[in-house]
Amino acid sequence: MELKKNKRKGPVIFSEYKRGDTIRKSISMSRNDILFELKDSKLRGRGGAGFPLSTKCMLTSAAKSEEKFLVCNADEGEPGTFKDRVLLIEFPELVFDGMVAGGYTIGASKGIVYLRGEYEYLLKPLEDYLEEMRKDNLLGNNILGKEGFDFDIKIFLGSGAYVCGEETALIESLEGHRGEPRNRPPYPINTGFLRRPTAVNNVETLAAVSHIVMKGGAWFAKFGTDKSTGSKLFSVSGDCEKPGVYELPWGTKISELLKLVEAKDTKAVQVGGASGFCIPKSQFSRTLAYEDVSTGGSIMIFREGRDMLQVLKNFMEFFVDESCGQCTPCRMGNIKLLEGVEMIEKGKYTFSYINKLKDLGKTMQLASKCGLGQSSPNPFISILENFNEEIFNRGNGGTNVR
Amino acid sequence: MSDKKILRAPVSQKPLVVEKPEHPEHIGGSVSIEINEKQVSVPLGTTILEACRQNQIHIPTLCHHDDLCVAGVCRICVVEVEKMRTLQAACAFPITEPIKIKTTSNAVRRARKHILDLLLSEHYGECYACFRNNNCELQSLAKEYGVDHYNFGHIEKSRYEVDKSSYSVVRDMDKCILCKRCVRTCIDIQEVGVLEAIDRSNKTHIGTFWDKPLADVICINCGQCINRCPTGALRANDPRDEIWAVIDDPQKHVVIQTAPSPRAAICEEFGMEPGTSLTGEMNTAMRRIGFDVVFDTNFTADLTIIEEGTELISRLYKALVKKEDIAVPQFTSCSPGWVKYLEHFYPEYIPNLSTAKSPQQMFGALIKTYYAQKKGIDPKDLVTVAVMPCSAKKYECNRPEMVDSGYKDVDYGLTTRELAQMIKEAGIHLPEMPPSQFDDPFGDASGAGLIFGATGGVMEAALRTVVEFVTGKKVESVFANADITQVRGFEGIRYAELPIEEVGPVPELIKHLVPDWNWLKGATLKIAVVHGTANAKKVMDDIKAGGKFSECHFIEFMACPGGCLGGGGQPIPTSPEIRKKRAKAIYDEDRSLPVRKSHENRHISEIYELFLKDGPNGRLAHKLLHTHYEKRGKYIA
Repeated sequence: MELKKNKRKGPVIFSEYKRGDTIRKSISMSRNDILFELKDSKLRGRGGAGFPLSTKCMLTSAAKSEEKFLVCNADEGEPGTFKDRVLLIEFPELVFDGMVAGGYTIGASKGIVYLRGEYEYLLKPLEDYLEEMRKDNLLGNNILGKEGFDFDIKIFLGSGAYVCGEETALIESLEGHRGEPRNRPPYPINTGFLRRPTAVNNVETLAAVSHIVMKGGAWFAKFGTDKSTGSKLFSVSGDCEKPGVYELPWGTKISELLKLVEAKDTKAVQVGGASGFCIPKSQFSRTLAYEDVSTGGSIMIFREGRDMLQVLKNFMEFFVDESCGQCTPCRMGNIKLLEGVEMIEKGKYTFSYINKLKDLGKTMQLASKCGLGQSSPNPFISILENFNEEIFNRGNGGTNVR
Repeated sequence: MSDKKILRAPVSQKPLVVEKPEHPEHIGGSVSIEINEKQVSVPLGTTILEACRQNQIHIPTLCHHDDLCVAGVCRICVVEVEKMRTLQAACAFPITEPIKIKTTSNAVRRARKHILDLLLSEHYGECYACFRNNNCELQSLAKEYGVDHYNFGHIEKSRYEVDKSSYSVVRDMDKCILCKRCVRTCIDIQEVGVLEAIDRSNKTHIGTFWDKPLADVICINCGQCINRCPTGALRANDPRDEIWAVIDDPQKHVVIQTAPSPRAAICEEFGMEPGTSLTGEMNTAMRRIGFDVVFDTNFTADLTIIEEGTELISRLYKALVKKEDIAVPQFTSCSPGWVKYLEHFYPEYIPNLSTAKSPQQMFGALIKTYYAQKKGIDPKDLVTVAVMPCSAKKYECNRPEMVDSGYKDVDYGLTTRELAQMIKEAGIHLPEMPPSQFDDPFGDASGAGLIFGATGGVMEAALRTVVEFVTGKKVESVFANADITQVRGFEGIRYAELPIEEVGPVPELIKHLVPDWNWLKGATLKIAVVHGTANAKKVMDDIKAGGKFSECHFIEFMACPGGCLGGGGQPIPTSPEIRKKRAKAIYDEDRSLPVRKSHENRHISEIYELFLKDGPNGRLAHKLLHTHYEKRGKYIA
């Protein structure tokens, strides 16, 4: 399958790769050698949180258990991201080979793909692909003749909750429970799926593993910046001529990206999806990197004339809908923030109340149980701060509302 | 319930169990940490909350409960842990390395206040119109944090209809703060699981399967959720108004019977320390309220022992000597929560349940027959009220088959909490009452009836009688002070074997059932005591699988942790410590009584002489004192 979408192939993820290569190479290596390659690559998780992959793998690999799991997080739910879908459709070999190599490295014998419910149409082709891998002994028992290395992959279809992209909620969902994040610690690397050590990784991270095993950690670390190595897939959408998936090295300036996708009259860029930050024009020289503007890949572009309050309202509505409802700050905080946005929309607010809500947002960032509630106030805080003038000078007493 | 602490995420996250080691010093020693710049040392795996409590640092909690696994959802207990980006829930954070904790920083105070403000903004209902007024954890927190206005507004309209469908438990979800203690209670302590969170975000609510009314799902009415609810979202179905009405009706002769557990706990409702028995004081108070006579349910507990004990003997005789196909082990049937649990989850074991009614229902049937005759009162003018530590008793007295006297045997089940409320309404301060005795013709009962209130009590009471019946020796010669300590305690499941070395003559009372005891000579009586239906499930599954409990002869099951003294109608709050104190009060009172064996209660012999003339398990006894059960399965309420 190939997507007829804009796509910029970069030198890392979309570089040359032949199915099965990584598996062949990794079984000829020792587990520690692979861990060292991962360490040299300085690869950090591509789902958004940016946890160093080698640390995760070492900890899971060191955990003592008769059974371990490797989970591929394909619950691509962040508004504005669609890069994982492209990888799964066009480059399943990268993802699955990366899983087998990862399983070999951490000592897992079972891999699970948690596939976003809305990607149901991918289930059949992916299952067929796995079946072919089994035929060629790229999956199954004693893979490619490597005595004692058994690994198989199952695909689990998600049930349509944004929060299930959070790794512990994902594990809960896998176990058949309500998708609610767990308390951490203990972390999944010790107590994950079925209480076994579990490494949960983003689709793109696993694809990167395939290349790192083949070409080495040092090669990977050549790209990007010192703290953000390699390249990143960006899902670009919104007001531009060429939306699509772009592979760019970390450290690319926002302005460079905008030029590339032929965006004109851009007022703001929402980096990192609904839970990310809204970057105003004045900050377009900032770079996309873990150390500056960190992202899981979602880039939404808004041109002049777009109503930023409506953008914010849309995000807050999304969070009000998607909070799992478990912890107080997120369950009730988001609705209060949304109410605040609606007050501004109607022109019926006081600054002191809006400031109270900003404070509440800070509490949500600190006291929520999982990443959802910890990041859902980001757009509220960043949009109100960066577009202060536009939002609070909307007209008098709410009469001038579009 | 075992006292072992389990640290765990919400109920939906069952597999995440990190057991706190019972003796941490044996396995990993301790960790040195810093709380508010003070160095302390705590056992490895201690939660921050525990560590703070051990060091007299107060951390507010809502979703945390000493009986339950960790949830970490309300977030009111957040603290600052150095080097961590976010605040951590103290209740859910096990200490495994040296950390520095701050419990009063600006971020912590602000977060707690925000969380409280958010909870209050959606807590519909007013404190002065709530049964938990002055005993509400949310209200106390509001006071603690000096809340004098609603920072984020306050909900003005009710969102949920109050579910009054159940005879036992009323659910008012407008007051729910989603701490999920009820959910965890229902699944962890009871393994019933009728409650779960439904929907998400601000639409999240605690509901039943398909949001059906509670009466239409497999709730066993144990009321343990009520005892653990921090607010007034859960309460018992309160019959006070109706009871006041019959008290005020001069036509009605209102009889009240009181179970053993309320007297050991009602003191808590009057601000006293748990563990003070107020038996005599309660009797006086109930008379002053306007009840015409006050009876002791312990009398029918004694009667239960005779009926259930003789049933056991004849069951064993039929199974072992006559080789009849009869269900053994025999299960006790005095806990209506347990009975309904069995009817739902193990209906195929209904034949094992003793057919003897619970003491409450026996008493109801006797009051409206024997007592009515004796006093020449038309039973239709008799109203029986039962003070019980239990919410399931409200359901039990409404079971359609409980009308053997020709009338509804027990008209109202009243919980300990509700009786305390009536006493207060009458302007009485209970602890100041002069003590008084129970009324005749049932009078004061034995200590055996009294210990029914504690887990293992029914078994001990039964053994005191069975041992004397079978061996012909005084039980004191076998067990010091007649305290059968093998069956006491709070271990969730207890098992004991009692060898029968010699036998005596068969007592007159049960000669019609067995000719001699020779068949028991040299046998070993195998018994078990179980409390909390989660533990019952373990035992039942073992029986199903043919394990060691299937070889038992007699098993005591109580639905609630700690037995009746931990019942769903008892004062709130509850905790392992409180239940231990209540148990101590009960056992202490037992020791102080002159008669401590059911068969030595002279009123028992009297009733078999004067009324139940064909003896234990006889025809009349069967009509009035025994019952039958219903196969419900998991789909029928």
